[in-house]
Amino acid sequence: MSEHTTDMSGHTTGMSEHTDTGERAGFDLGQGPGRLLVWLYGVFTVAAASRSIVQMIMDFGRAPLAYVLSAAAAVVYAFITYSLVRGGGRARRAALVCCAAELVGVVTVGTWTLLEPSAFPDATVWSDYGMGYLFIPVVLPLTAMVWLRRAPR
Amino acid sequence: MLDALTLAAGLAALALAAWCGFAFARDEPTKDWHFIGMAVVAVLALVQLVVGVVRLSGGEKPAQGTAIFVAYLLGAAAAVPAAGFMSLAERTRWGSATVAAGAVILAVLEVRLYDIWGG
Repeated sequence: MSEHTTDMSGHTTGMSEHTDTGERAGFDLGQGPGRLLVWLYGVFTVAAASRSIVQMIMDFGRAPLAYVLSAAAAVVYAFITYSLVRGGGRARRAALVCCAAELVGVVTVGTWTLLEPSAFPDATVWSDYGMGYLFIPVVLPLTAMVWLRRAPR
Repeated sequence: MLDALTLAAGLAALALAAWCGFAFARDEPTKDWHFIGMAVVAVLALVQLVVGVVRLSGGEKPAQGTAIFVAYLLGAAAAVPAAGFMSLAERTRWGSATVAAGAVILAVLEVRLYDIWGG
């Protein structure tokens, strides 16, 4: 596609533009600002996963709901991290859906912990809208959704 | 010894965060000097991991549990090197932002470590 000297140059340019939008899957979601998101999502995957694993091993009976929710959060974070690294149209859509789910999860669990603290003898990653984690759990899905819509296609 | 290390690592992490945040604001990628800074902070966290494990093997118990303490020690030792590797592959201002974020995370981990060890 790099032969600019051919008499079909106009045609080839059109072709290359087409393939650019069509199959530029690569790592486009994980570059630039996306790199920061990959890092933060990676950290939160590890944080949520290790938190739920340690707590489940130590004393699952103390707050089963909180620990299961932390594990669910870890799965969502892991999937978004993977989608950002993988890149491409399908990963973008999947990540958008997961970010929306994450946001719904944070708001739901956050409200739930405020309304009915007795259901949560121990905290989750999403308790009080992620206050124990500097509110990053609320900010992260919003930022990620903006980035996923804007990232170069 | 451990508390002093926690304080030193936390302050060094904050300084690294400010430095890389400055590079981000000036639209610069991480440079050699930044990586030397990262190495210093990473060594502090690594020494902390070793000292922490030695103290544990000496029979001392962290106030909030050994498993959580070790998990945080490992996380603290891994945070800055991981961010550094990601910034190696991202030669833009966003690589600097990644390291700055990693350093802030380390500072938060140090605060938690202090609580976990001392209660």
